Amino acid sequence: MKDMTTGGPAPSAEDMKLIKKFLEDTTLFLGPDPEIMQNHDLMQRSADEEHAIANVPDTHTIAKIRDRLQAGCDEGYEMVEQMGAAPGAKWGDVITGIYSASGDLAIASAGGVLLFSSVVHHPIKFIVKNWMNEPTVGVRDGDGFIHNDSRYGNVHNTDQSMILPIFHEGRLVCWVASTVHEGENGAIEPGGMPSMAESPSDEGLKMSPFKVVENYQIKRDLLTFLQNSVREPKLQLEDMKVKLFACLRIKQRIEETLKTDGADALISTLRLTMEDVRAEVKRRVSEWPDMSVRTYIIQDSTLRENCVVKVNCTLTKKGDQLTFDFRGSSPEFTNRATNTILGGLKGMLSQLFLCYIWPDLPRGQAAMAPIEVITDPHSILNCSYDAPNSQSLMSIFTGFTAGQHAVAKFLYSCPEKFTKVHAPAFNMINTFIWGGVSQHGETLGNLCADLNGMGAGATSNRDGEHALAPIFATMADIGEQEVNEEDVPFLQLVSKKMTRDAIAPGKYRGGQGYTMMVATKDSEQWGFMTTAQGAKIPPIQGLFGGYACGTYPLSKVQGVDVYDVMLNEPEKFRHSIEEIMNEQPFEGARYTTHHMGMGFDISKRGELYMISQGAGAGYGDLLERDPVGVVKDIEEGLMSAEVAARLYKVVFDPATLAIDFDATEQARADERKARIARSVPYAEFVKGWNQPKPPAHLPYFGCWGDDIETLYMGSPDKTRRGDEPKPNYMVHPKDVRIAELEARLAAAGVPGDEKQ
Amino acid sequence: MTMKVPMTEYLRIDLETEKWECRVCDHVIAPAAGNYKEGLLVHNRDPREIHPPVIDPAKYRYTFCPDPDWVRILEFCCPKCGTQIETEYATPGHPPLWDMQVDVPALKAQWASRGPAMLPDAGPAVVPGRGHAH
Ligand SMILES: [Zn+2]
Repeated sequence: MKDMTTGGPAPSAEDMKLIKKFLEDTTLFLGPDPEIMQNHDLMQRSADEEHAIANVPDTHTIAKIRDRLQAGCDEGYEMVEQMGAAPGAKWGDVITGIYSASGDLAIASAGGVLLFSSVVHHPIKFIVKNWMNEPTVGVRDGDGFIHNDSRYGNVHNTDQSMILPIFHEGRLVCWVASTVHEGENGAIEPGGMPSMAESPSDEGLKMSPFKVVENYQIKRDLLTFLQNSVREPKLQLEDMKVKLFACLRIKQRIEETLKTDGADALISTLRLTMEDVRAEVKRRVSEWPDMSVRTYIIQDSTLRENCVVKVNCTLTKKGDQLTFDFRGSSPEFTNRATNTILGGLKGMLSQLFLCYIWPDLPRGQAAMAPIEVITDPHSILNCSYDAPNSQSLMSIFTGFTAGQHAVAKFLYSCPEKFTKVHAPAFNMINTFIWGGVSQHGETLGNLCADLNGMGAGATSNRDGEHALAPIFATMADIGEQEVNEEDVPFLQLVSKKMTRDAIAPGKYRGGQGYTMMVATKDSEQWGFMTTAQGAKIPPIQGLFGGYACGTYPLSKVQGVDVYDVMLNEPEKFRHSIEEIMNEQPFEGARYTTHHMGMGFDISKRGELYMISQGAGAGYGDLLERDPVGVVKDIEEGLMSAEVAARLYKVVFDPATLAIDFDATEQARADERKARIARSVPYAEFVKGWNQPKPPAHLPYFGCWGDDIETLYMGSPDKTRRGDEPKPNYMVHPKDVRIAELEARLAAAGVPGDEKQ
Repeated sequence: MTMKVPMTEYLRIDLETEKWECRVCDHVIAPAAGNYKEGLLVHNRDPREIHPPVIDPAKYRYTFCPDPDWVRILEFCCPKCGTQIETEYATPGHPPLWDMQVDVPALKAQWASRGPAMLPDAGPAVVPGRGHAH
């Protein structure tokens, strides 16, 4: 066959080998490898694995060994959780796991952030491919590798992994790894997840996988370099040690297995566990109806400015194949941090299946392996090497919700279910990230565990639970705020009090979120940031006629010292955002509201920052909600009586809350009639509603309607093709504000006689 | 015997007639191979009515209410019984989604091999005694 590009004959196999060697020898930089980074399926069975499976095929032996290894992983997880210095470690923002010799995650700890489990195989595969045979590096018994750069496989750079190869009689048999959300990493803002990052160079430590441990000892020179690059040198040391020791404990458990059952039994267990899970996922998917489900979720900000950023999802199931098609989602932002690498999105979808759909499956990489994910190149869900991604959570969480919303519509009719059908959980990390110099003189940068208090979605048979768990770690904890306050110079003056009327109504309502009010007390060098979307547009959808949550802003009170107020006029203090903002009890103070993308803000003693966790989505028609449940919500302070009566059409005595059931039935029957009267037939409705392009008043990013090939970039006239990347720069919000003010000056007749 | 597969809390597909039907009032909504929303009524709901302001909209830019210029709630109801079958939080002017595009022949084949005993029995449940009659 002729080579079409040169017209000459194609190079021989010999030539190709030479060309490959030449290219390898002259590679100047081993960047992230697309071959590794775009693939989430299992590696081919190796010769070692074939041999091991032939020798040890017995399922009982394999089940026994798997349980032992699982217990070893859980033990490692416990160690990190108990000993880790990072706040993240303390409430379970951790995972440990055992990976096959080729790098696939076979068994992960039951608790923790499963999402990590689907991204750490990338750096291991990088090590296998590049360092194993590299004479200046090599992989030997006693080595340990560290990694955090998300572009080589990670959710975001605040997570650090320790990776150890396990040898048996001179042969590499598997890997173990431990990953923790460390927080601080030397980025442009404290805490490791800067929303101000405008390029990857603003994101702090950029550790491609490298060797930091030899002979089981952390190398002091490299450690010092890492400590010198972050705000919390002590944390860097402590947690590297903790992760190393957790890996060594898992190694010990593996060695016990090797001793009793041999290497083939271990290798066969790891491989067959993954293959069995993969096959079982195919079988379960085949039970779903053949269908395409469409949904979209809107991110309402880049964390720097409000805009309408679409996450577009079509989930198609045919036979035993399941495909997420995210084409049509927003283009990547060239200078905003909310982009994600593709692996992060896939990891979060894996989390959806392992925690919310098939929680009985062994934890590992295999559950997601047969599921296909399609995106546009340089999309906000599959960003390029040059785009910052320190706030990738915004995109992976909204991508997760699109998946969760779509999957529910497949599961309803499916006879075989492993969980109840449920509405989307709340998906934003509404919490305070903090940093500065503490009352003990220490430099700190981290966050409140309240991000773990996301409200749960309602299910087909009950209300969502309040402040249940983060979508990325269903078994995580909210932690002890009081313990935290011993180390940090601020107090949560109101904590874990449900935010009234911030609701997600339905036949079963979503679980609600709680209010957090913080104020700095004992430091003049302390500040906060918040990094969440959803102050203008809810970040989730409701299910089967249920409603999503509302929106959640940041409120500030400045020009007051509430500690003085509490000392001198304690009767003035209020315990809800509603009362403080509406009653404005502190004279002379300034009361303002903001979106939830507050960049790092230096605080003053006693000034209030107030936010709320969000609600999970509601399920079903709210007129079917049990009136008793409605009144209970009033009694529990979740909803005001006025809102309850107006929305749910429950008739009750305002003084006693005694329900009039007959009047309620009548009111609900009337409301159904009123609905029919105020609604219009679909065909007529779309004539007035549908527009050919996004509205001019919205900075809209992503496809519009069915045309997924055209991506809008902030205005109806600015587009790119989905498959043709283009830069997508945002103007600095302060420049936007200056331009607005200059225009007002010009309009007011102020002469523009400045020298240019 | 005709088999009706419950597809959502309020919708089912009659495999014989190949129609979407309301599970509350048996109303025949639309062809099963098409978009069920085409057989429903729609209301463009101001999101502030569902998600009330927690703080005073006269004083503040952000109030816990979604911004009605940025998002609307499309409420889809059954034209016969008024049950709210679906909601869609939509960007103003964005065409409503064909959210469930079913491969009807495949659905029929799948259920032919399963039989009616496998039909899920969940929903639409009513509050015992005091809910509205289906
Ligand atoms: Zn009906």
